[in-house]
Parts: sequence; structure tokens; C-alpha cells
Amino acid sequence: MNENPDFTPNEMMTIAASRALRNDDVCFVGIGAPSAACNVARLTHAPDITLIYESGTIGTAPDVLPLSIGDGELCETAITTVAVPEMFRYWLQGGRISIGFLGAAQLDKFGNINTTVIGDYFHPKTRLPGGGGAPEIATSSKEIYITMAQTKRGMVEKIDFFTSFGHGEGGDHRKRLGIDTAGPTLLITDLAIWKPDPVSKEFTVVSLHPGVTRQQVKDTCGWAVKFAEALDETPAPSELELKTLRDLQARTKAAHEGTGKAKAA
Amino acid sequence: MVKFLPLKQAVAENLKDGDSVAFEGFTHLIPTAAAHEAIRQGFRDLTLIRMTPDLIYDQMIGMGMAKKIVFSYVGNPGVGLLRRARDAIENGFPRSLEIEEHSHAGMANAYEAGAAGLPCAVFRGYRGAGLAAVNPNIKSVTCPFTGEVLAAVPSIRPDVTFIHAQKADRKGNVLVEGIIGIQKEAVLAAKRAVVTVEEVVDNFDDLHPNLTVLPRWTIAAISVVPGGSHPSYAHGYYARDNAAYLEWDEIAADRDKFLAWMQANVIEKSADDFESRVEHLRKAA
Repeated sequence: MNENPDFTPNEMMTIAASRALRNDDVCFVGIGAPSAACNVARLTHAPDITLIYESGTIGTAPDVLPLSIGDGELCETAITTVAVPEMFRYWLQGGRISIGFLGAAQLDKFGNINTTVIGDYFHPKTRLPGGGGAPEIATSSKEIYITMAQTKRGMVEKIDFFTSFGHGEGGDHRKRLGIDTAGPTLLITDLAIWKPDPVSKEFTVVSLHPGVTRQQVKDTCGWAVKFAEALDETPAPSELELKTLRDLQARTKAAHEGTGKAKAA
Repeated sequence: MVKFLPLKQAVAENLKDGDSVAFEGFTHLIPTAAAHEAIRQGFRDLTLIRMTPDLIYDQMIGMGMAKKIVFSYVGNPGVGLLRRARDAIENGFPRSLEIEEHSHAGMANAYEAGAAGLPCAVFRGYRGAGLAAVNPNIKSVTCPFTGEVLAAVPSIRPDVTFIHAQKADRKGNVLVEGIIGIQKEAVLAAKRAVVTVEEVVDNFDDLHPNLTVLPRWTIAAISVVPGGSHPSYAHGYYARDNAAYLEWDEIAADRDKFLAWMQANVIEKSADDFESRVEHLRKAA
């Protein structure tokens, strides 16, 4: 998909997402792709970033990526660990999170996310895990970043269920519901960087990753893609960024595979 | 007043058919041994309450013990889906399952309200979220001071709560540390609470005064079950068995494979088998 064989689209996605985080951010981290991006940021340009996982760990600095949001590594390396009600009441609802970083199973062009069901809620075709912390992360964090790999099944015109609210029908829909936070301000995929249009709030491509064409973005997206007039090219991953990400993934793989060999089956 | 009992007896004395029951522990300290004992005793028509149903409720649902689940994330954390729960929700197998779905914030607030003796929890939540339209227990109230519209959910008051904890002292006070999740709230919200522990120590005299301790008079029964939260973990004792979570995905994907696994690993085993399951995980904790 890219002409440069030195990195994969997924690596580009994670690294581009990591660059969006700042050293002074307080980031509520979703599991999976967001977790990798947040920890690459911490291990490169944002060493003092505060990473928070919904299990209650505040200021965590894991050496390997957690498989779950409550792995022991998160607590052992955190500044403090609080109870789950405190996490959601004081820290999230209290307005202390600058960035909520979410992944998505289904996403629409206004940043609404579905991780609950495919099909009808009461008679689902596929029952997905559901929202966990996401419904309130989406409305109580000051801003939301979203990261996911592009597919036509994932990026759809209409999501089956509003697990977490983005910009709704677009425009000022958040404000009309009494939500005073910014909502989704950034979408990073394996092909491009997207930002919402200031008025319509529809996600618009602002930067293509190296070697990616407009057509590739359109072919892997279920809605009619809009491109910014001045389209940037995302800088390729640096050697340090790539090495940091690959080392982190290698440590993670070794740690997760190494724990279960002798168990009773 | 708390009693130290073998797990078999603690479960038999405190759980009944038709109860609403919470087996809590947020990824950490999941009370697997207690859940397996409940499976062996074959309870029916339970309302299972848990923020993250995890493997234990996948197993209980797959064994046909649940008539309803109350939850906020029905996935295998970091792995994907819970396939027995899915089969029940999508196909009514092995029996139909009523669901009451919340967000984490909703459940955490509801447990806290239960512990506080309140009828409901009030918080800023579910704005624009689809759950409010499909769960009749998600309502709203208007703040009498500011006019802000807030979410309201009924408090959670289980008949019985089971948790796993690191240790008890000889009097039966219980200590929980690490990711403390929702355990304290779940115990205080319940009519009865049963705790499995890794070990019993003489006293807690030398510990930090602010550690999470549940006084013995908040607990009905304590059972000593080393390894009792495997494949979850006990901070300071053994690490999470991530490989077992990955393997579960395959076991639970097939109805017959699942039943064979349950027979060999739960029905024909006892609480005493947990200690050996965590031997290889101890150094890393």
C-alpha cells in the first residue's frame, strides 16, 4: 500500500497518532491501537504525559503494552491507583482529562462510534463487547482522538448503534444536547489524518501518509470522502519512532506469550 | 459476624437459586474459584451483575445458570468477544438471557450508590448515547439548584457479592490492594458478602493506615483459596495469565469444546486446584 518498504501502514498509523499527543496532556487511554500510540508518545517526545487507564491507574508508564485495561504492569508503574468510581467521578466527570483516545469497530463521518452491536440491538447479528467507559469518555474529555484502520465495514455512512456520541448529525448537535466539550477533533487511520470541518463537523482528510493515494482512501471508506484544499503529506516515521514502536511490540509479544505455557488445560 | 469456612460451604450458605449476585473484581482479583464453586453447585435463574462479565460469566452463562446479566463491557479484555455470552444473546443458547446494559460510569456510580444506601445514582452521563434509548433503567433528573439535566440509574443492591482479596487477618478483616476496582462498593452494597483470600496473616498492624480494608463485620464468610483468581491475578502474588485469556477465545467458540473443558477443569475439580494453576505465574507478580 505504501511505496516505502521500511514501515507498514499500521506502524504509520500508530506513529502519526503518537505525534498528536503533547507532553502536558492527560490522556484517558483506550485499549488496542490507542494504547500503543500513547506509549510511543511517552517513550519519544512526550515523556511526562499522564496516561490514565479506566481501571484506575493514573500516570502509568508500562514497559510492555497491557493486554487488558487492568494488567498489573499498569498499577505497578502508576503514580497512584484509584477505585473505579473515583476514576469516573472525580477524574473523568470532574473535567481533568484533556484527551480521550478511542478505537472503534464502526465509525461514521461525524465521529460517532459503535462498539455495541451489528444489526438490531434486541436481535443483534453480532453482539460486540459494548461501550465500557467510552460513552462518558466521549462527552467528558476535553477532546477526543480516534484511531482505526480503514475498511468499508468499519467506516460507514450510518452506524448501527450510538455507543459513544461524536458530533451526532454534525454542526452544533453536541451543544444542543448540552455537551460542552469539543468531541472528536482528530482521526488517524492507516492511510491518512482527518480533522472535522469547522462548521459541518464532517471528518475531512487533511494529510495523506507517504505513498497513499486519494483513491486508496476512498476505496476503503464507506462514506463519500472529502479532502482539504491544502492536502499535506504525513512525515514518514523517523528511525527513533519506528525503533521505539517495534521494541515495545516485541517486549509485549514476549510478555504475553510467556505467561501461560504450563497451565492446566 | 464473619466465619472462616471451606469455599464449598461458604457458597452453599450464601447463594440461592434466583439470587442477584455480583462476582466483582475489575480485571484484577476476579473471584474465579468462587464462581467455579457456584457452577459445581449448579445454581439456576441467577441475575449476574458484573461490570466486565469476563470469563467467569461466559462460563456461568454457557452452563445455563443465568436468567439475566447486568453489565457494562461484555468482552474478553484485549482479546475480543465473549462467545458463550454472544451465543446466549444472539441465539438464546443454552437459554434466553435478559440483558441490562450500562456504561462503566453508570455501573460504578450505581454500586457506589448501593454502598451509600441510596436508591439511585446521579451523574453526568449517557449524553447522546444509544443505551439510554434501549435500557429503561437509564433515566434523567434535573438538578434543583442549577437546572442541569443529569443521568440517573437505580443503585445496585445484590443479594450477595463475591470478591477475591489478597489477605485476611485472623479476626477476618480483609485487605485489598493494587487495582481496587469496585470491590469495596460491591461488598458494602450487598446484603451478604463472601471473600476468598490468598492467605491469612496474624494481623495488619504494620501496614499503611490508609490501605483498603473491609472490617470483618461487613463480611459473612471468608475462604482461603490460594490462586483463587486465576486466570486473573493477585497483585503481589501472581501475574495475569494472558495466555489463558487468549486460549479461552478458542475454547468458548465451540459449544461441545466448551462443555468438555468445563467438565474437565471445573466440574471435576475443586478449589484446591487453583494453587497449582498460578505456580508458573508467581515470579512475575
